[in-house]
Amino acid sequence: MMLKMRETQLALCIVALIALVGARAPVFVTPGSLSNLLTDSTLLVMLALAQMLVIVTRGVDLSMASSLALAGMMSALLASRFPALPLFIVVLVAVAIGLGLGLINGYLIGYLELPPIVVTLGTMSVYRGMVFVLSGGAWVSSHQMPADFIAFPLTKLFGVTHLVWIAALVVLAAWYVARYSRFGRDLYAIGNEPSSARYVGIPIARRLLWTYGLAGAMAGLCGYLWVARYAVAYTEIAYGFEFTVIAACVIGGISIAGGSGSVAGAVLGGLFLAVIGNALPVVKVSPFWQSALTGLVILTAVLINARNGKQGGRQILPLHLNKATGSAA
Amino acid sequence: MNTNTSPVLQLTGICKRFAGIVALNQVSLMVRAGEVMALIGENGAGKSTLVKTLTGIYQPDEGSITLGGERLAFASAQDAMQAGITAVHQETVMFDELTVAENIYVGRQPCRGGRVDWKRIEAEAEKLFERLEVALPVRARVKDLSVAQRHFVEIARALSQDARVVILDEPTASLSQREIQELYRIIRQLRDAGTAVIFISHKFDEIFAVADSYTVLRDGQFIADGALADITEPELVSLMVGRSVKEAYPKAAVTPGDVVLEVSDFSHPTEFDNVSFKLRQGEILGFYGLVGAGRSEVMQALFGLTSGANGKVVIHGKEVRITSPASAIAHGIAYVPEDRQHQGAHLTLPILHNITLPILSRVGFFLRGHRAQENKIARHYAEQLELKAAHLTQNVSELSGGNQQKVVLGKWLATDPKVIILDEPTKGIDIGSKAAVHRFISELVAKGLSVILVSSELPEVMGLADRIVVMHQGRIENVYARGEATAEVIVAAASGSELPQEECA
Repeated sequence: MMLKMRETQLALCIVALIALVGARAPVFVTPGSLSNLLTDSTLLVMLALAQMLVIVTRGVDLSMASSLALAGMMSALLASRFPALPLFIVVLVAVAIGLGLGLINGYLIGYLELPPIVVTLGTMSVYRGMVFVLSGGAWVSSHQMPADFIAFPLTKLFGVTHLVWIAALVVLAAWYVARYSRFGRDLYAIGNEPSSARYVGIPIARRLLWTYGLAGAMAGLCGYLWVARYAVAYTEIAYGFEFTVIAACVIGGISIAGGSGSVAGAVLGGLFLAVIGNALPVVKVSPFWQSALTGLVILTAVLINARNGKQGGRQILPLHLNKATGSAA
Repeated sequence: MNTNTSPVLQLTGICKRFAGIVALNQVSLMVRAGEVMALIGENGAGKSTLVKTLTGIYQPDEGSITLGGERLAFASAQDAMQAGITAVHQETVMFDELTVAENIYVGRQPCRGGRVDWKRIEAEAEKLFERLEVALPVRARVKDLSVAQRHFVEIARALSQDARVVILDEPTASLSQREIQELYRIIRQLRDAGTAVIFISHKFDEIFAVADSYTVLRDGQFIADGALADITEPELVSLMVGRSVKEAYPKAAVTPGDVVLEVSDFSHPTEFDNVSFKLRQGEILGFYGLVGAGRSEVMQALFGLTSGANGKVVIHGKEVRITSPASAIAHGIAYVPEDRQHQGAHLTLPILHNITLPILSRVGFFLRGHRAQENKIARHYAEQLELKAAHLTQNVSELSGGNQQKVVLGKWLATDPKVIILDEPTKGIDIGSKAAVHRFISELVAKGLSVILVSSELPEVMGLADRIVVMHQGRIENVYARGEATAEVIVAAASGSELPQEECA
């Protein structure tokens, strides 16, 4: 009930924010601008959904942006070297690279039981370093990439970009996984109480392996989409973006302590940050303020979540006595 | 009862060692279908380890498990579950954020076409609770349930698996009298359906009420087994303890002096209500109740650990406001928590630093010059408590449970308290250490300290306390003077069985 309420609150906040900015700068609420906004938010939303599954298990994946960069760079290099390669092969390769990188995280965290924050902090640097090594520090610019490689993300299907379609599919898939798959439900159980999860026979190591694998695969897919969308691949792609993704999760009410969080929350958290990012330039707020404002939003969200989650203690007094006469012993 | 059938479950020569310590040594045991077998042993006898071995959480180092004539090895809890062994563990296995229904089916949710079938989960959960004859909202989140209600969720989980062997590890610890009767009925239901039940309990009346046969463990070894019809309670007790039992509680004859601590109308929005009691100098005030009756919560609030409690606290005639543990310590209250590992001791610090931790500000800010003084304090309490350790710089994690408890006690004594609150001081420690702790409590009051003893072990409370406060569901049910009430009366009060209507709504 409370979760539902939190998500409606967030949705209302987003609508209010759009209306507010629209009142000051009507250009912001034109269909074209809103559709741009939607397209801009897609990568963040998709990554936030994968990150959400990781956070639900009491983990965190700091290496996401680095995996994204590595897969993006590799797909750009592949496409520029072999322009004749069909696009779906290139995308598949990007996803496979991301999956592999994620599985490395998952193996270390699940099977070797290393702490997620340390493992992904390490792989974050390793993966980013490999982008340098593979590209030799050089850019892959738009004229080196095949035309269909660049065109795909922003091509419109029924008036909406491919990016939005893909994100919509990812949202549906994430919702299905989180709500209707044994895999997804196990992640909640693991995050809630890892030791109890072992007692009921949940294969924790295997679940963690594939959760991080999934996060990696998502980063891989987003790697291609990112490079193609901005038509450039360089070593610092999405530098620091992992924190924006985690921020989106936190704003969406996904508990860093694990065990709770919803797909709607992650989506709304991502949208909220995208709205702020797009609205501030429109109302002529200096980009320097943007980071500070994002930070304030995160702190506010954490504060609200903490207040909602704060329990007055265990329920020991029998509840029904409140309604009764209260004269009992 | 059909005793002539062959055993469903048979264990032979099970051994389990942890870092050199032998937890189970050549344990053998068997259960037949349609039989309730009581597994008996003291704390630390190896019962819980055996349960974990049976349910695939631990893997035995030696020995074999045979289920229905087939020799099995469980690599994980999943394996044991699939083979048909399920357990209600002593530690609650619960997922707070998930619903009641999902908690029952977690890890093995029924699926239809690869999709978790929520309707079926909820319907089956409803059916289970109907069979158990308890009313629980299946869509409620477990974090909103009471301790007893959580227990029924666990029992429902065990029942939902149609297991061949059901293990109940101290299932009655937090149940009221009426709920225990419910549980007996459920156990008999299972037995009549041909399930083998392993029932673990400390309470002999329960064992004789439900079980058909028994197996006794002591110090990780198999001692005896047989039919309960052929044995008496004293015989069983002496098998369990390994010597004739005359539990002597060395209660020092101390005449309580002035009132040291007076608590009146102490209340908390959800945990306890209208708690009032007086503690005199040199008195041991026992707090007895079921697990989850709110005793620890009262003490934690009194010690300033929880916020939101209201009421009057008077120490030595002066009303005080305790807002944090630091202020409680300053007013001369010490609280030795129940959970040694997490709240009591700093396991990765040496004994020395554990003992002087709460009084560092008295030792001095820059400690380098005061090492000798720190050493002296630590040595004093270590000697007083007969601490068994190689040296004072040994890490607490290397000590046995009983000695860890002594370190925690020493730490709090070092604060020089007037009132010391002991929360389950003998939980999970061996008989020898237990006696030392009991002796020590008597010495404390002989020296003029006042002790609040929170304990779920009735003999301990009855043997040591001058007065016994009995709590039930967050309220004080009654207060008995030493020797005034029999064990039955106290247990009945703790179950709240004087009240005509019962909870579990």
